[in-house]
Amino acid sequence: MLILENVGKRVGGEDHLSGVSLSLERGTLNNLLGPTLSGKTSLMRIMAGLDAPTSGRVLIDHRDVTGIGVRDRDVAMVYQQFINYPTLTVYENIASPLRVARLPREEIDRRVREAAELLRLAPMLERTPLHLSGGQQQRCALARALVKQADLVLLDEPLANLDYKLREELRVELPRIFAASGAILVYATTEPEEALLLGGNTATLHEGRITQCGPTLEVYRRPVDLRTARAFSDPPLNSLPVTKRGTGVQAPDGTSVAVGASLAGLPDGAYTLAFRPHLLGLDPSKAGPRVLSAQGRVSVAEITGSESFIHLEVLGQKWVSLTHGVTRAAPGADMTVHVDTDRCFVFDADDQLVVVPDHAEAA
Amino acid sequence: MSSTSMPETGTPSETTLRTRGRGFPVKALVIVVYLVFLLLPIYWLLTMALKTNQEILSTFNLFPDNPTLANFTVILTDPAWYMGYVNSTIYVVLNTLISVTVALPAAYAFSRYRFMGDKHLFFWLLTNRMAPPAVFALPFFQLYSSIGLFDTSLAVALAHCLFNVPLAVWILEGFMGGVPREIDETAYIDGYSFPRFFTRIFMPLIAPGIGVAAFFCFMFSWVELLLARTLTSVDAKPISATMTRTVSASGLDWGVLAAAGILTIIPGALVIYFVRNYIAKGFALGRV
Repeated sequence: MLILENVGKRVGGEDHLSGVSLSLERGTLNNLLGPTLSGKTSLMRIMAGLDAPTSGRVLIDHRDVTGIGVRDRDVAMVYQQFINYPTLTVYENIASPLRVARLPREEIDRRVREAAELLRLAPMLERTPLHLSGGQQQRCALARALVKQADLVLLDEPLANLDYKLREELRVELPRIFAASGAILVYATTEPEEALLLGGNTATLHEGRITQCGPTLEVYRRPVDLRTARAFSDPPLNSLPVTKRGTGVQAPDGTSVAVGASLAGLPDGAYTLAFRPHLLGLDPSKAGPRVLSAQGRVSVAEITGSESFIHLEVLGQKWVSLTHGVTRAAPGADMTVHVDTDRCFVFDADDQLVVVPDHAEAA
Repeated sequence: MSSTSMPETGTPSETTLRTRGRGFPVKALVIVVYLVFLLLPIYWLLTMALKTNQEILSTFNLFPDNPTLANFTVILTDPAWYMGYVNSTIYVVLNTLISVTVALPAAYAFSRYRFMGDKHLFFWLLTNRMAPPAVFALPFFQLYSSIGLFDTSLAVALAHCLFNVPLAVWILEGFMGGVPREIDETAYIDGYSFPRFFTRIFMPLIAPGIGVAAFFCFMFSWVELLLARTLTSVDAKPISATMTRTVSASGLDWGVLAAAGILTIIPGALVIYFVRNYIAKGFALGRV
C-alpha cells in the first residue's frame, strides 16, 4: 500500500504540489486526472522517489520511504516520450532491470520472452528501439516496466504520443497486462475519456492539489466541486452562473430562466448550473416544463461523422452541444437549445456541489 | 572567388540555359577551381618531398624530374627525425586520454545538474581557450622545471590539457544535452548504479561525441608548437620542434623538411576520416 501524507513540492518559490494525501491499494488501477501542469508528473516523480517532497511523508507498506532514492525502491515507470536505451537491442532493453538485479540467465530469458509475447514484441527482439515504430517503442518501454514485477508501476501519459489507433489498442491491453502483477498501478492522463475507459479509481488534480479521489464513476457522477467537474469533462462542461431570489432565477444578463425544481430547496444566492455537452439538445421536442430553453448563436460546428459538436453562445455563455450523427449548423445561425434542468449539477457560490442530478445517467 | 561563375543560384538566366543545353558543367568547374586553389600548397609540399634539394632550388616544374623517396628514407631511418614523431604521438595520445577522461564527468555535471555558478564556470572554461599559449609558457616552464617534469611527454600532455579539457567539456556537454534526462532516470529506476549506467548506457549513447572530442583534442595538441617546444629539450622533443631546427651548415634541407611536412599531415587526415560524419557538429561544440 502506498500512502502519501500531506505531500508538498516547492520549486523556486512556486508550489508544484501542496497538501496531497492519497492512499493507493495493491492490485488497483489509479488514474491521476488533470490538465497539463496540474502536477501529475511532479506527483509521480515523488511516488517513484526521483524527487523528494519538500513537505509531507511517503509510506510504502507502512514504511517511511520519503528520503529513499529511486534505486532502493521497487518501482517501474513509463514516460510519455518513448524512453528506451537506443544502443541496446529490444531484448536487452527488456532484460535490463533483471540483469542489474543479477537474476539467473534462464530466468531472465523466460521472463523477457513472456513479456515480449504479451506485448507482441517477439519478432523484433533483436532489433534496436530506433528501428521500431512509435507504438512498438512504447511497448518496449512497457515490457521493461512489466518484466521487473515492481510493486509500484507508474505510467505517465504513456499513450499521449501515440496515434489514435494504437492508443485505443494499447488502452484496452494495458489494464489486462498489469492486472495479473498485483502491483499498484498509477496512470496519469489529461483525458477524462481515458480515465473512464480504464475504470479503477481516479484522483483529479488541479493546480497541484487533489480535488477529489474515489472510484472513477463515482467521481464522474458526483464531482464534489466545479473544478473537478470541469477536469472530468471533455468536451468542456457547460455552465451558467445564476442568481436565485425567492422563486425567480436569473441569468447574468437578467434573463429569467426556468430551472424547475432543482434550486427549489436552496437559500437565495449565487449558484452555477453545470451540465455535460450531450445534455444540451437542439431538438424542439425536448422542450418541456422542467427544460430550460434559450436562444443561441452558432459560432463553430465540428462534425466528426458519428458526432457533431456545435459551439454556441447562449445567455452570454460559451456552450457546446454534442449530438449524434451529423447536425448541420451554419456559423452565425440562431438556434434554440434545450437542457433538462433536473439533469444539471448545481454548485454553490464556493463552487461546491449542492444538487446532484436525479438520474444516474445524467452525469 | 566563384561569385561570377554561379548563375545557377538565381533565376535561370540565358547563360545557364545555354550552358545546360550544351552540357557545359559550370558547377563542376567551380568545384575544380576551388579544389585546385585549396590543394595547391599541399601538392607543392608533396612534389618538393619527392625532389632533390638541387632540383628544388634550380628549376621550376610541376612534376619532379626524377621522383625519389630518399627524403622519406632520411626521416624514417634517422632517430633524430623519427623520434620526433614518436614523442609527438606519445604526448598527443596521453593528452587526448587525459582530456576526455576528465571532461566526461565534468560535462555530465554541467549537462545534468544545476549548481551555484554553473553557467559562469562553464563560460569561464571556454575563456581558457581564448588565452594565448605564450602567456602560459613561462609559468609552465618554471613549474615543470622545479618539479622535474621538464622535457617529459607528460609535461606537454598536461600543459595541453589547459586548452583541451575546456574544449572537450563544451563538445561533450553539447552531445550530452541531446540525450533525454529520462534515459538517466529510467536507468536509475531499473536499478543501475551511477558508474554502471555511465559506462554501459550513457557512454555508448554519446560515442560520436566522445570521438569528436578526442579528435579535436588530438588535432589541437598535434599542431600546437609553442608549449611543446618550450617544455621539451632533447628527450621529448616533438616533431614540430625538430622541423624548425633543421637549418644546418649547408643551408635548409628543403626536401627532407617537405617530407616531414607530408608525414605530419597524415595522422590528422586519418583521424578526420573516422569522425567525418560528426565533424560539423563538433565545430558547433555539439550544439546542432
